[in-house]
Amino acid sequence: MSEKLMKFSEAIKRFDPVFGLEVHVELNTNTKLFCPAHYEFGGDPNTELTPVSLGLPGSLPVVNKQAVINAVRLGLALHCHVNEWSQFARKNYFYPDMPRDYQISQFDKPTNGEGYLDVELEDGTTFRVPIERAHIEDDAGKNTHIGGADGRIEGADHSLVDYNRAGVPLIEIVTKPVIGAGEHIAEIAGAYVKEIRDIARALNVSNGRLEQGNMRADVNVSLRESPDAPLGTRSETKNVNSFRGIEKTIIYEIRRQAAILADGGEVLQETRHWDEATQTTAGGRVKSDANDYRYFPDPDLIMLHIPPEQVEEIRATLPEMPSHRKHRLQEEWGFSDLEMRDVLNANALDLIDSTVQAGASAAGSRKWWLGEIMREANEREVSIEDLPITPENVAEVEKMIADGKLNNKLAKQTISAILQGEGTPSEVVEKHGWKIMNDDSAIEKAVDEALAANPDVLDALKSGNMKPMGVIIGAVMRATHGQADAKTVSSLIMKKVRS
Amino acid sequence: MAKASELVTLTAAQMADKLKKGDISSRELVEAELQTIDSAEPTLQAFLARSSEEALAVADDIDTRRAKGEELPSLAGVPVAVKDMIVTKGIETTAASKILEGWIPPYDATVVTRMKNTGMPILGKTNLDEFAQGSSTENSAFHNTYNPWDITRVPGGSGGGSATSVASFETPLALGTDTGGSIRQPAAFTGTVGVKPTYGRVSRYGAIAMASSMDQIGPCARTVEDAAMLYDVIAGYDDHDSTSIREILPSMTAAALQGKNQDLKGLRVGIIKEATGDGFEEEVKNNFSEGIKLLQNMGANVEEVSFRHFLHGIQVYYVVMPAEVSSNLARYDGMRYGLRVMPPADVPQTAANMMAYTREAGFGAEVKRRIILGTYALSAGKYEEWYGKAQRVRTVMIQDFNKAFKDFDVLVCPTAPTSAFKIGEVEDPATMYRNDIATIPANLAGLPAISIPSGLDHNNLPVGFQILAAQKNDELMFRVASALETAFNKKWGAPLWAQLKTPWLDSLSEE
Repeated sequence: MSEKLMKFSEAIKRFDPVFGLEVHVELNTNTKLFCPAHYEFGGDPNTELTPVSLGLPGSLPVVNKQAVINAVRLGLALHCHVNEWSQFARKNYFYPDMPRDYQISQFDKPTNGEGYLDVELEDGTTFRVPIERAHIEDDAGKNTHIGGADGRIEGADHSLVDYNRAGVPLIEIVTKPVIGAGEHIAEIAGAYVKEIRDIARALNVSNGRLEQGNMRADVNVSLRESPDAPLGTRSETKNVNSFRGIEKTIIYEIRRQAAILADGGEVLQETRHWDEATQTTAGGRVKSDANDYRYFPDPDLIMLHIPPEQVEEIRATLPEMPSHRKHRLQEEWGFSDLEMRDVLNANALDLIDSTVQAGASAAGSRKWWLGEIMREANEREVSIEDLPITPENVAEVEKMIADGKLNNKLAKQTISAILQGEGTPSEVVEKHGWKIMNDDSAIEKAVDEALAANPDVLDALKSGNMKPMGVIIGAVMRATHGQADAKTVSSLIMKKVRS
Repeated sequence: MAKASELVTLTAAQMADKLKKGDISSRELVEAELQTIDSAEPTLQAFLARSSEEALAVADDIDTRRAKGEELPSLAGVPVAVKDMIVTKGIETTAASKILEGWIPPYDATVVTRMKNTGMPILGKTNLDEFAQGSSTENSAFHNTYNPWDITRVPGGSGGGSATSVASFETPLALGTDTGGSIRQPAAFTGTVGVKPTYGRVSRYGAIAMASSMDQIGPCARTVEDAAMLYDVIAGYDDHDSTSIREILPSMTAAALQGKNQDLKGLRVGIIKEATGDGFEEEVKNNFSEGIKLLQNMGANVEEVSFRHFLHGIQVYYVVMPAEVSSNLARYDGMRYGLRVMPPADVPQTAANMMAYTREAGFGAEVKRRIILGTYALSAGKYEEWYGKAQRVRTVMIQDFNKAFKDFDVLVCPTAPTSAFKIGEVEDPATMYRNDIATIPANLAGLPAISIPSGLDHNNLPVGFQILAAQKNDELMFRVASALETAFNKKWGAPLWAQLKTPWLDSLSEE
């Protein structure tokens, strides 16, 4: 079943697109939001439980203070107003992965109120995304459907529930309807979520790994005739868990809704999901009987009181924000915009920064991380930070070059050996006996032999034709196992030719 | 060696004293109570489950430690029963509901841990209205409990099992839970003492939630001093309960002892006018007046005080309580523990259908009624009109109490408008709900309140006298209650329970 779609460029011309995001960020606190159970991704099912996280009769939630502090840190980084008094509320609905059949969330008194985030676009402009709130809530468990296609519940034979994740703290960051994004809409949404990921990591409040479910987004999209018209009916695509998925969902939904509206149809207010395999969104439940969550203040939890002084104390602990740091480092390193974009796209900012701090030059660091190391990562299909090489290793290789202990060729070999797991730069160099030959007489001997073996080349050189000089250099390098300094070799050849 | 019937009619304080002196052992005591339970249960049916072996093991451990000269807490070795609304590790806990039948908790409520640390043998779990919802214990999914003063009558509720077990000497002490009067009204109906502490004084961790903003665990006993001793064991800050009060508590036992030997000169007592008028039986009112005279004789200044919203308490309660019930009882869905009922074969075998069939089969009529009422009160478009408004009236009631406690040290009124009614007599839920009209306001405002026996009516049925104090002033409440109890006993020449006929004790063997 393929749906009718309008070309994106045409849809943008005819309609004004509006999006909204609800980004869930899983906090990396040691314990869950309301009990001292530990949680780690990938643990054996139903092993990280307490009476509270399983919602046993008589159990009571107690707020994890660190989770609240981390929520406030994230809120402050998003320029949110931190409410002095906030309150947990029960969101009531039945679902097998909800141990209490209500989620403890926040309703009319969230910890973080209005804020915003400025995101930078490829063309260098900045777009401000308005934030409605960033509230605290606990996560549900995880259902696994067995026997159906693609792990979907439809057609499944039975389902298994793992409550390990139940009770893990989440911050839900809700934007206001984002208007005026126009043709950049997908880029803005993607950049916004990336920026939140970078901030969460910089604050060390979340591991920020989308593939492990640390972050996921509900994507709302609607179209309207013109910027003056009231907002159109929106679709909500749930639990999109990749940057590309978020961007593609927005584009797909704009194209789908535009086709419907252009045909005089009506967009349904419904929940959809992004299907990575077909690169489409598919309809789910129509919200005809709009879920009534019967929110009310949770009587088991007293109100959270965060006085302004404490907010200021927390603010004082915030690290430099990622966007500011990017600009500062670009200036310090003297990289062009293009070079900087390559660095960011390669996810190499932290690695290069650490390498520079370990004593290497910025240009040298960039060359290695985006060159040899990047190639290796692409070959192995892993990200560069997962390779067995550290910024300290790279800085040490750079220092060996600067000290004249390695030439470029040997340095490449050294990096390659480190990537193969052979050890630190000094261990690798030691093991292979790699060093630049400083003994001119040995090089001279190799030059003599090479020239003797290639009399025609010697003649050419003597007649002023320098083109075949590479043949001699190559022969010398082979004879010296690459350890000769190329400059020394060429000056020795010139000396011989002129004599 | 004492006769079992003599041992079990001792107060908890007397038991503690004899244990300390070495006159009796904890094993003797526990065995005497177990014999009483064996003898009384066919008639009274106060218990849902017994834990005799565990109780004897604790008794032996305490006896051994005492023999070694170990310093032990006062109530070490003194047995106790626990309302089946409170979770006990390894002992089936059902809340008197089919939906939890067979559930063995993997953890102890904080109060149970505290009693275990004190060395109190737990005799078993007592009957109640399903999920503590009722005023007669007739809503238990398993069986009724019968009032020891007249077995054709109810023992009150929801804690009819705990009150009956204490009144009938099956145990000197029991734990109850009180959300709208479930400790105090059964105390009044059975001639015993029941205490609802200040909200937050006793940890709710492990008390199966009914209405979280009002639930409190408290002691059931035959004397004020005994109730105070158990209060001192179970109360105090608990970091498993966010609503737990942090301040250090004074000793309630000391307050009760002080009250026995003290006059009440200058004590300002306010009679709650609205709880002594229409709907309260004449005999209950007369009985109450006796108590007032005694207070005046002891030097208290007694005045009537009017609360414009006191009688609205029941309306507020029957919005707020069901709302919290509807959410608290959602977890009983057949997924993780307790009953699971699969849909019939011609119905899709989905999780949602399983939940629906389980809840249909597992919950009784009263519980379903409250879930439906509460779901409605919280629903979109109704919230402001019902839950929101009820909470605002609740706030006004709290303000009224705060104001009254500027002029009065304690407030008093009858515990219940009637004495124990016949089993099956009250069928209309609204009439049943009105039983709690005088007890509910203390729960809405989080106040401490106690019910003590104030005599018998012409049917030879006990009547209760209720004393309320300001929040966190449980100590004063105990002092006044103890003084009044002493005055009543002096007037009667013996405690009220001396008039209880106990055929189940006559057959007990002599040791």
